[in-house]
Amino acid sequence: MLPPVEELKDALEQLLPGVSLTLDAGWLIVAPNDLVAVCRCLKESERFSLDYLANLTAVDYLPEHLPAASEASASGAAQAGRMDVVYHLYSMAKKHGPVMLKVRLSRAHPVVASVTPIWRGAEFQEREVYDLFGVTFEGHPDLRRILMWDGFEGHPMRRDYVVEDQDVLEGRPG
Amino acid sequence: MEPRIDTAPRVETQTLEVNLGPQHPSTHGVFRMIATLDGETVVKLKPVMGYMHRNHEKIGEGLTYIGCFPYTDRLDYFCAMTNNLGLAIAIEKLAGLQASERGEYLRVIMAELTRLVNHTAVTGFLLNDMGAFGTPLLYAFREREKILDLFEAASGSRMMCNYVRPGGVREDVPEGWLARAREIVANYPRFLDEFEKLLTKNEIVQQRTKQVGVLPRALAVNAGITGPMLRASGVNYDIRKVDGYSLYPKFSFKVPLGTVGDVYDRYYVRILEMRESLKILQQALKEIPGGPAISPKGQAVSRAPRTFRPPKGAEAYGRVEAPKGELGFYLVSDGTPQPYRYHIRAPSFINLTVLEDLCLGHKIADAIIILGSIDIVLGEVDIRVESGEIVGKSLVTYMVLQPRAELAKA
Repeated sequence: MLPPVEELKDALEQLLPGVSLTLDAGWLIVAPNDLVAVCRCLKESERFSLDYLANLTAVDYLPEHLPAASEASASGAAQAGRMDVVYHLYSMAKKHGPVMLKVRLSRAHPVVASVTPIWRGAEFQEREVYDLFGVTFEGHPDLRRILMWDGFEGHPMRRDYVVEDQDVLEGRPG
Repeated sequence: MEPRIDTAPRVETQTLEVNLGPQHPSTHGVFRMIATLDGETVVKLKPVMGYMHRNHEKIGEGLTYIGCFPYTDRLDYFCAMTNNLGLAIAIEKLAGLQASERGEYLRVIMAELTRLVNHTAVTGFLLNDMGAFGTPLLYAFREREKILDLFEAASGSRMMCNYVRPGGVREDVPEGWLARAREIVANYPRFLDEFEKLLTKNEIVQQRTKQVGVLPRALAVNAGITGPMLRASGVNYDIRKVDGYSLYPKFSFKVPLGTVGDVYDRYYVRILEMRESLKILQQALKEIPGGPAISPKGQAVSRAPRTFRPPKGAEAYGRVEAPKGELGFYLVSDGTPQPYRYHIRAPSFINLTVLEDLCLGHKIADAIIILGSIDIVLGEVDIRVESGEIVGKSLVTYMVLQPRAELAKA
């Protein structure tokens, strides 16, 4: 069985000196620079063996949408909004999970290391996030648009992207 | 003596780039592959997708949570019921809702009927891809039609069911529905036997599928492959068992596993999965209790979607074992009636990651059946838990396919 997330955090910090993690409502918040080390450790250590990356996606927070609880921790970033990349990890070998990781990036220059070398399953999902959110994954073997066509401008899943035929959708009140 | 002039032509070969799709019957929709061939052998293959992309996730952000349901029907349009179920489970996790007991039973029944529909159809299509045009597919469609009639009777639509809701199902099944369902379930094994007689030991099927498109176990896990494709490679991972969502822990069924991971195993795992689904259906149809088909809270949410406002900052990832693999919904709430973020983890999309690996070194004709055996639906490709505690190892029962030698003897 997987330990509760608090213990998991302590265990990871012991295994990886110099890495500091924060907790937020069940999520492990990883610094962008530590991501690869943490992921490698979670996958390769016998105890966790999180060999399966189930879900990888991003959430775009405009400044006004930042959850109140984390505004203090993100301090300066709160002005410019934030781009979260989220990872849901499971273990097929031990049949436990999920471990949920979040990386918080600046909205203006979202760059993070690719986890495709660790889990092939990230390959298309990172391309999707790159395509729709404009997050750059460094070290991805083949980072191209996947759903939109080459030459498309902008990233349609960003919150400030203007949809052409807005009147077709139910408008958000206010 | 004059020098001898070699008149034999020098053979030079060069690779050829062939474009397949997006309008081509073998690509199961608007999927496109760019294959580089050396003779007939695939040396490189790049999938190109997005021809049916309509940014379902963006549309979802402009709708209420309940308003997303009809759109999920159109993801994997063979499996509307399981798509609905995935979203319903994610919403239930987000809001802490409970489903009514009869509602849960009806969901399991619908989900397993969907699995029958999907696996039957994909097997028919696989034969189509092998060159058996029409006939096997129509046998499959004949049976599928019977189940679609059931879906129509319950939900009003054959394929775009929009039936499952948080807390249960939209409305109870009509009178006589359960009896008809029992009849279809009772007769289904006869069809499967007939179908298998036609296919399982068929020499052409075996020649075309064995040792073709082998997916090694380690690669399957690493690439996040799920569903029958993963289990055909011998990995025992079925979310119905692992998460034990809905009522699945109550029913006894096994998880069929392959040994080789080739196209044949993927075909046969699906056949065996159908037989296990029938077992679940028999149990569920026998034990289904009376009572409301939806819990009062779920009813309130479904009837008045704009009153449903999950707390700000709440997040949930709900996943189900859809016929094609892990279907996950990731929801983030900002306290309004509309999801702040609505993400779909589509099995068809991620299962395509290994398409090139499977096709390399095979003939171009095999690439078609390999794609067929992955089982994709473009509506899903282009969109583009508390986990159940495992009690020892007993929750996960499994069986291994008959060894090949025995199969040949039988």
